[in-house]
Amino acid sequence: MAGPVQSIERAAAILRLLAAGPRRLGLGEVAVSLGLAKGTTHGILRTLQHVDFVEQDAATGKYQLGAALLHLGTSYLDVNELRSHSINWADALAARSGEAVRLGTPLEGRVLVIHHVFRPDDTLQTLDVGALLPLHASSLGKVLLAFGTANLDSAVDAGLEAYTRHTLASADELTHALAEIRENGWGAEVQEMSMGEAGVAAPIRGHGGLAVGAIGVSGPVERICDARGRPELKLLTLLRETARAISRNLGAARW
Amino acid sequence: MVERYVMSIDQGTTSTRCILFDHRGRLVSVAQREHQQFFPKPGWVEHDALEIWRNLRRIVPEALSGAGDGVAAEAVSALGIANQRETTVLWDRRTGTPLSRAIVWQDTRTAPLVEDLRSDPGDAFFLERCGLAPSTYFSAPRIRWLFDHTPGLTQRAANGDILFGTMESWLIWNLTGGTAGGRHITDVTNASRTMLMNMATLAWDEELLGFFGIPHAILPEIRSSAEWYGEDRSVLPGRPITAALGDQQAALFGQTCFSPGEAKCTYGTGSFLLLNTGTDVVRSSNGLLTTVAYKLDEQPAVYALEGPIAVTGALVQWFRDRLELISSAPGIETLARTVEDNGGCYIVPAFSGLFAPHWRSDARGVIVGLTSYITKGHLARAALESTGWQTKEVVDAMNADSSLTLRELKVDGGMTSDNLLMQILADVLDVPVVRPMAAETVSLGAAYAAGLAAGYWADLEVLRGNWHRAAQWLPDMDPTRRASEYENWQRAVERSLGWIRPSNGP
Repeated sequence: MAGPVQSIERAAAILRLLAAGPRRLGLGEVAVSLGLAKGTTHGILRTLQHVDFVEQDAATGKYQLGAALLHLGTSYLDVNELRSHSINWADALAARSGEAVRLGTPLEGRVLVIHHVFRPDDTLQTLDVGALLPLHASSLGKVLLAFGTANLDSAVDAGLEAYTRHTLASADELTHALAEIRENGWGAEVQEMSMGEAGVAAPIRGHGGLAVGAIGVSGPVERICDARGRPELKLLTLLRETARAISRNLGAARW
Repeated sequence: MVERYVMSIDQGTTSTRCILFDHRGRLVSVAQREHQQFFPKPGWVEHDALEIWRNLRRIVPEALSGAGDGVAAEAVSALGIANQRETTVLWDRRTGTPLSRAIVWQDTRTAPLVEDLRSDPGDAFFLERCGLAPSTYFSAPRIRWLFDHTPGLTQRAANGDILFGTMESWLIWNLTGGTAGGRHITDVTNASRTMLMNMATLAWDEELLGFFGIPHAILPEIRSSAEWYGEDRSVLPGRPITAALGDQQAALFGQTCFSPGEAKCTYGTGSFLLLNTGTDVVRSSNGLLTTVAYKLDEQPAVYALEGPIAVTGALVQWFRDRLELISSAPGIETLARTVEDNGGCYIVPAFSGLFAPHWRSDARGVIVGLTSYITKGHLARAALESTGWQTKEVVDAMNADSSLTLRELKVDGGMTSDNLLMQILADVLDVPVVRPMAAETVSLGAAYAAGLAAGYWADLEVLRGNWHRAAQWLPDMDPTRRASEYENWQRAVERSLGWIRPSNGP
C-alpha cells in the first residue's frame, strides 16, 4: 500500500494553521509557519482556493478558511446554480433524444427534480420542477445512490416501496444494482416506478469528480429500450456525452 | 453526401460567438471570444473594432474544428450575422483602420446633444421620420459627436475616404475583402436604429441627414435582412454571406415570431421585448419604439414594436457584486425562495434612468416599503419581481398601441433558468410564459435568415417546425392581488422619478 500523500498532508497542515488563528494570514506567514517553500505553499493555497476551502481577501491578498468548509456535510452546489450550468446541455439532450429530460439532487431521502425539459413534441406537458421521486425506483435516484450523492441508509429507512413488480424492493437487490451502475457509469429504471415507463440517468460531477446531481432521459419503455428491454445504445451515448459536458462545465477535469 | 450547416456570427456587447447549426436548427458547435470593454470616462463605453474583427477570424476556424470530426468550410451553406445594435464605428476606406474606438450603445456621451434635440426640434420631428425619439441609445448623435470632435473629419468624409457602420457593416466590409473591394452594406433592422432611416421608405432620410449634418457618402447601402450580400473572401473563402440582423430582431426571428401578435422577450443584463406588428408601421403613443423586425429579400418589411428595459439581470449582478448578498447570479432564486412574498418591499432599478415605457433619464433607483421586518430574502424577491413588473409595463403599452393583445410570451436569455422569475412573469402578465428548446435564439435567428436566403431552408413554415417548447409556466395569481401589487409597483416607480435635478448634472 502506498504511503501518505505529502501534498495532502501539507494541505491539511495549512487548513489547521488557518483554523487556529483568528486573523487572516499572508502567503509568507503560512510558508514560514510550516517551513515550506513559498512556491509550494502558493500552489497548495491556490488549489484549496479552487475548491473553496480557502478564501483570499481581495484587498490584502491574505488567506482564511473558506465558507465551503463550514458546509462540508451539505450539498456545496446551489441547485439553481446547477440548473443554470446545465440548461443549454439539457435542452440539446431533449432535442436530440426526442424525450423529456430531468435533473435531480437528493432531498431528505428522495430525489428533488430541479430541472425539467419537455419532450420536444409540443404536446401538453406540465413542468414538474419541485416534484419528489423515490430514490430506489427512479434512474435519477439510483444514480445518486450509486455515486454517493444520496445515502443508501436514508433510502432504506424511507422504505423501499414496491411500485410495480419490477421495483427493486429489497436492500440486497438494490445494493447489487448500484454496484452495476457504478461499473457502467449510468443507471436505468425499466418499469420500476410505473408500468410502461422507463428512464436512464448518469451522474453530473463537480470538482474532483464528486457527483453533485444526476441527469436523466425518460419516456415510454418502447422508446427508451430495445426489444430486449435494454436501454438504447444511442440514447446512452447522448446521455453520457451530456453528463460529461455539464461536468466539465462545473470544473470536473477528467469527465 | 456531405452534411451541410449554416454558420452564425453573434457579435455581442461582451463577446463574439460563432455557432454552426444543422438543418433542424440544432447547435452543432460553438466558439466564443470576449473583447475588452473600455471606459475612458464616466458614461463612456468603447470597443476596439479591430480586436473584434481579429476575434471573428479566430473563432470561425475554431467552430469548424469543434464540430465532431471537424467541418470543412465547403460544408457551410451560408453565413449570417447578428450584432449588438447602434454601436458606431467610422473607418478609413483605404487603410481599413478605424478612426477611433467604436462607441458602444450604452455610451451616454451624447446626452447634452440629445437634450437639445428633444426640446428643439422636439420628438415629433424625429418620430415622424425614423420612428424614434432622440436618445443616447442611437447612432446618429454619435456620428455627429465624432464629426464635432475629430479634426479634419468633415473634409476627409467629403473626399469619400470615410465609411460609417454599425458592427455588421464593419464585419461584412472586412469579410468581403476590406480595402480590396469590401462591400459597404447594412440591413434594414440595423439601419432602423440609426435615427437616419425613414421608417416608411426604408431609405436614408435626406432631411435627417441634413439635420445631423451627415454626408451621404459615409453611409452603407441599406439591404434586406436576408439576401445575397457577397462572397466571403477571408475566413470562409467563397461561402455566401446572406443575412444580417440586429441582435434583438435576430432573437425575434430565432423564436419564429413570424406572425403579427407574436412576441418574445430576451432576459439578460437588460431585457428587450419585441412584438411583431406585421407589415404595418405602428407608431407608439405609449413609449415604445417602432423598429423593423426583418425584411426577407424582395418581400415587404415586417415591423415590430420594441420595449427596451435597461436593468433586469443587471440588478441581480448588483446583488452579487456590490451588495454581495449572493455568490452567483442563480443564487438570487435560492435567496428569494427563503420567503413567501416581498414583505411589502419594492425595488425600482432605475440605475441610469428608466427606459420603456417611461423614458425618464431623471429617475434613479429606489427601494421602498422598508420596515424592520424586511430580510435579504424579501429584497431578492423584490428584485425578481421588478423584472416582472417592468415587463408588464411594456406589455400594457404594447396592448394599448396595437390592436393585437399578447396571448403568450416567448422568453429566452440567461435569466430564463430562474424558475421563480418565470412563474412571476406568468403571474403578473396573466399569460403563459414559454421557453423554447433552442436557448441561443440570437444566433439561431441569424442562421435562419441566412439559411432562408441561401435555400438551405425552404420557407418560414419549416423553421416553425424546428421550434419546440422546452418549458411552460402558467399564470397562478389571484387577480385582486395582481392588481394591488401592480398599483404598489406603480407608486414605487413614481417615487423614482425626478430624483436627478438639472442643476445636479446627469
